[in-house]
Amino acid sequence: MDFERFIFYVFAAILIYAAGRVITVRNPVHAALHLVLAFFTCAGLWLLLEAEFLAITLVLVYVGAVMVLFLFVVMMLDINASPLREGFIRYLPVGLVVATLIVLEMYLVVRARNFGVDSVAIPARHPEGYSNVREIGSVLYTDYVYPFEIASVILLVAIIAAIALTMRKRPETKSQNPAEQVAVKARDRVRVVEMKAEVKNR
Amino acid sequence: MIALSDYLILAAILFGLSVAGIFLNRKNVIILLMAIELMLLAVNMNFIAFSYFLGDTAGQVFVFFILTVAAAEAAIGLAILVVLFRNRQTINVQDLDSLKG
Repeated sequence: MDFERFIFYVFAAILIYAAGRVITVRNPVHAALHLVLAFFTCAGLWLLLEAEFLAITLVLVYVGAVMVLFLFVVMMLDINASPLREGFIRYLPVGLVVATLIVLEMYLVVRARNFGVDSVAIPARHPEGYSNVREIGSVLYTDYVYPFEIASVILLVAIIAAIALTMRKRPETKSQNPAEQVAVKARDRVRVVEMKAEVKNR
Repeated sequence: MIALSDYLILAAILFGLSVAGIFLNRKNVIILLMAIELMLLAVNMNFIAFSYFLGDTAGQVFVFFILTVAAAEAAIGLAILVVLFRNRQTINVQDLDSLKG
């Protein structure tokens, strides 16, 4: 067993362990942290497949942004996890059966006889100095320039939608209105009252 | 050396685990969203494995777009979740029956 194969099996084991913990763990925060572990391990596997740009993107975008967002939301919502867990045992058999069937069916399609070393040859490693980013960029900005722009529009829509959904006016919050602050006159603030001097009676 | 089938089987197991997660945690919307992210990860792994073994960069470009859309989906899903919790004080799927569907 060469070193590359050893790395693959270690990473695969960690990935499956992390994915299993994500779906079985009781605390949603722990589930999110195990999902982070799964993403990291997957990025390592993608490095084995010489997809360096996407591996880094996975860590930056998913671990850095999406999972932090998940953690924020999980910690912000005050969730009582126990009623959410009921039915876990009840649905365990059917879930396992369906998942096993799916894995079995996919295994029958993708097993070594169809996609093994004999059917799909292992490509040679790229030479030193090869840039994965350059190769992706050279097709992304030429052949896929319209999908790329559509992707940017999708991100813009997501930004606007997320803000529009969660923004609200709360009546109890106190805020300043600079326009009113500037427009105020002295007579609005100070009232001069004329009155006679009073003698203190003692 | 690692064959293409090894990667595909690993991705299949990951996909199966996330399907099981959707069955097991059908009350908790947050775990459901996480299971969907795991599914997308399995699909992306297939894309990248094929891209490497067939020597075609198009697979990696597709993964790039899937990552974009998945990030947008996660952001909007979590925003909906926050609004839902604000209005109903629960994220239990069982209580979300106001549409009477």
